[in-house]
Amino acid sequence: MATTVETADGKLEKKVDFLEVEDVVIRFAGDSGDGMQLTGSQFTSTTAQVGNDLSTFPDYPSEIRAPSGTLYGVSGFQVHFSSRTIYTPGDKFDTLVAMNPAALKVNLKNVVPGGNIIVNTDAFDAKNLKLAKYDDNPLEDGSLKGYQVFPVPITSMTNSALGHLGMSIKESSRSKNFFALGLLYWFYNRPMTPTLEWIKEKFAKKEIVMKANEIALRAGYNFGETTHIFNVRYNVRPAKLPPGTYRNVTGNEATAFGMIAAARRAGLPGFLGSYPITPASEILQELSGLARFGFRTFQAEDEIAGICTALGAAYGGAMAFTSTSGPGMALKQEAIGLALMVELPLVIVNVQRGGPSTGLPTKPEQSDLWQAVLGRNGEAPVPVLAACSPANCFHSVFEASRIALKFMTPVILLTDGYLGNGAEPWRLPTEEELPDISIPFASDPESFKPYARDEFLSRPWAVPGMAGFEHRIGGLEKQHITGNVSHDPMNHQFMCELRAEKVAKIADDIPEQTVFGPEEADLAIVGWGGTYGAIRAATERLQAAGESVAHVHIKYLNPFPKNLEQVLRRYKTLLVPENNLGQLVYMLRASYMIDSIAYSKVQGLPFAPGEVESKANEILSTMQM
Amino acid sequence: MNTGNIALDKQTKTFTAKDLVSDQDVRWCPGCGDYSVLSQLQRALPEVGVNKENIAIIAGIGCSSRFPYYMDTYGLHGIHGRAVAIASGLKTARPDLSVWISTGDGDCLSIGGNHFIHALRRNIDINIMMFNNRVYALTKGQYSPTSEHGQKTKSSPLGVIDHPFNPSLLALGAEGTFVARSMDRDPKHLREMLIRMHQHKGTSFIDVIQNCIIYNDAAFELYTNKETKDDNTIFLEHGKPIVFGKNHDKGIRLDGFTPKVVSTDDFSESEMLVHDETCRELAFILAQMSDREGYPSPFGVLLDIERSVYELEVEEHIRISAARSKSTTLDDLLREGHIWEIADN
Repeated sequence: MATTVETADGKLEKKVDFLEVEDVVIRFAGDSGDGMQLTGSQFTSTTAQVGNDLSTFPDYPSEIRAPSGTLYGVSGFQVHFSSRTIYTPGDKFDTLVAMNPAALKVNLKNVVPGGNIIVNTDAFDAKNLKLAKYDDNPLEDGSLKGYQVFPVPITSMTNSALGHLGMSIKESSRSKNFFALGLLYWFYNRPMTPTLEWIKEKFAKKEIVMKANEIALRAGYNFGETTHIFNVRYNVRPAKLPPGTYRNVTGNEATAFGMIAAARRAGLPGFLGSYPITPASEILQELSGLARFGFRTFQAEDEIAGICTALGAAYGGAMAFTSTSGPGMALKQEAIGLALMVELPLVIVNVQRGGPSTGLPTKPEQSDLWQAVLGRNGEAPVPVLAACSPANCFHSVFEASRIALKFMTPVILLTDGYLGNGAEPWRLPTEEELPDISIPFASDPESFKPYARDEFLSRPWAVPGMAGFEHRIGGLEKQHITGNVSHDPMNHQFMCELRAEKVAKIADDIPEQTVFGPEEADLAIVGWGGTYGAIRAATERLQAAGESVAHVHIKYLNPFPKNLEQVLRRYKTLLVPENNLGQLVYMLRASYMIDSIAYSKVQGLPFAPGEVESKANEILSTMQM
Repeated sequence: MNTGNIALDKQTKTFTAKDLVSDQDVRWCPGCGDYSVLSQLQRALPEVGVNKENIAIIAGIGCSSRFPYYMDTYGLHGIHGRAVAIASGLKTARPDLSVWISTGDGDCLSIGGNHFIHALRRNIDINIMMFNNRVYALTKGQYSPTSEHGQKTKSSPLGVIDHPFNPSLLALGAEGTFVARSMDRDPKHLREMLIRMHQHKGTSFIDVIQNCIIYNDAAFELYTNKETKDDNTIFLEHGKPIVFGKNHDKGIRLDGFTPKVVSTDDFSESEMLVHDETCRELAFILAQMSDREGYPSPFGVLLDIERSVYELEVEEHIRISAARSKSTTLDDLLREGHIWEIADN
């Protein structure tokens, strides 16, 4: 593929041809301080503009700057891009960029056989090898024989490219990630312009850093042009995505945008009460920069105040939200109970992470399903939704808001760190396309009863400032209709049943369960939340191989869509991959007496499509026996 | 509804104390000090210049926290300790409302202590009425964070080992901008203080000593009994020398940082310490005299200073943010940064 050509001035030069590929997975890996998240997100942003479909997975340690060179300090950013539609950040890496020995050691097992490994040879010194627990240098001992290894002295080449700027070696070394990025742009035929523009804007106030990063990026690209170590470079054509305007979006950004959208389409001022927690903090940060929309953010003193301030704002007539992750969700449960007792609209977003307790703060998991559906003291039903992709977080939080308002209830939306931090191209909706989700306030003071019911069993909303509607609500049991405090035994039974029925009736207001693939089949792979991409990709592969398999993805976890039982009964076997120990399996059994096979993974890592595919094949083979 | 107004809405309709009485039977024990606070707030509010529908009373859990049910205003009876947090959200979203909190020494200082101190430093314009009976009454008689050392309660049969909070000192230490003390048995003073709380822009805190007739009766007898009150209390007035005693025969002078009780025989009124509500240092010194052996307990406004008000700064940020950005629609927002078009093909 590489050919030697004679240039105009008579020199012999090697020309590297493009190899067209459909699908690429790259893993950038280095120390926490090596700037791998930035490198990955820049590559992602450029790739999005090239028009590929893509999916990303940032995977970083919970320490901010773990000791350098260590195995546990390795930070990674995975990007999967393609000329076809894709659903996940990919199984195995076609190319690994390893900025140090630890990054190589941690990631090598996931490189495809024969895959590319670009290593920063400068970092492979005795100290770093020891920190990565290598007895011998893997670049020299033949252990990487099954891969295409490209040794590049990234640090020293960056330093020499920046030599004229008069920076210290320590300072100029910091730009080495841009050298690596430039090289990858060359390798995968991406333009440098978007990153060059970004550098200009980002470092406008630090001219020397702007210069250094720009030069390093170009140096990396030019190194690809001039070096003889590469025999091939790759091209991935744009994907055929539905027409429209696109941007790249992470799940947490999409959630924040969805909150702005919901407040606007509800015709109410928006409010978020929140306490910073990984991996949900970006929602608070994003919204705090959007005050111009009249959206108020309140960084509270703790998780409980996060939800209580939101409830107070809801009481005052705001479209109110609180955002958190598992441990914070546990702290909010009592206040969620209050919200459902006083029947005020409130959306609680739980960006799930590994638990229990502090667990794995930066790693995704789906183990808060029970906490969402079954949490709280007393008979305390709360609608629960789950987002299935980063961009879907926008629509999910909008839908949660719609339900909260229409049914005057707190609603829980489950996302997770994988969706929250992951990114994908998003075909942008217009504000006009979004439905009006406003609800009328109470209008007649004479007939106003705070706990009267409409056809949805929802109570009327009157907020402070409305003359003639003064009334009291609270956490004590309410008398039906009047809303006065009541300890009457029969009233309590009635109200418990009424609150349960109100939430159950939401099933009449949500879409029926849909299926990807055959209506009846040997196997349905049933999922919820962030497993969507892995299950969908696996299902496509199985279907392409001629297997009788469907994908059922549940977005409404409480109540379930009303046809769900009927749908599930059409399949001989149900496989439920979950990043927990079988919480949905338990709920399906409890709801419908339907049994399913749990496929549990609680490793702080999302499912790879290949894992789901293998598990499905294993089940299908036993069925055929 | 008016969610856009920044300042408290001005009064356009008058009402009376009677209009603030709800249709619910008051269920506090006969003789409870809470009745006095309820009745004084009902008398104070018609005088402060807000419409009835713009008043919201937020509560947590405890005897004090049943208060909203007895007021014919907007009211929310929340969960234990969280009234201040709920009220903070309400006031931030609705700066046009007059927001009051009825709370107790347990609700406010124990389970809700965190929200209490943070509201004070933020200086949200909410009014915190803390009914201090030095006991957990609704849970039937355990000690509270203001119970005295050695106090015998159901959960401290040999006497309380905890050292109590001095609520005013705590509020001052938490950067409170309005700190006052009053008592259930002095309705006129209490009403005056409640009006001052409304007038103050920022978080107002009042420690109302209040008798629990069942679980801690006569705890404040020294301060409330006509026989002993004058010799054991001082009623602070801004700009006035601090003089007290049945026969106005005692005063306070400072010896360095230490207050000294002196006799008017030895010093004239003009030589006594003069109260200054705007002096933080003085507020700390005076607050430390409460419940201290050999000192009268101070009542009245210890501190009333101005500082930026949280919800007004929130509004200001909304304005600044809007002025700085051209993008005001959702479509603008989503299309900021790198976007690309995919054509119909």
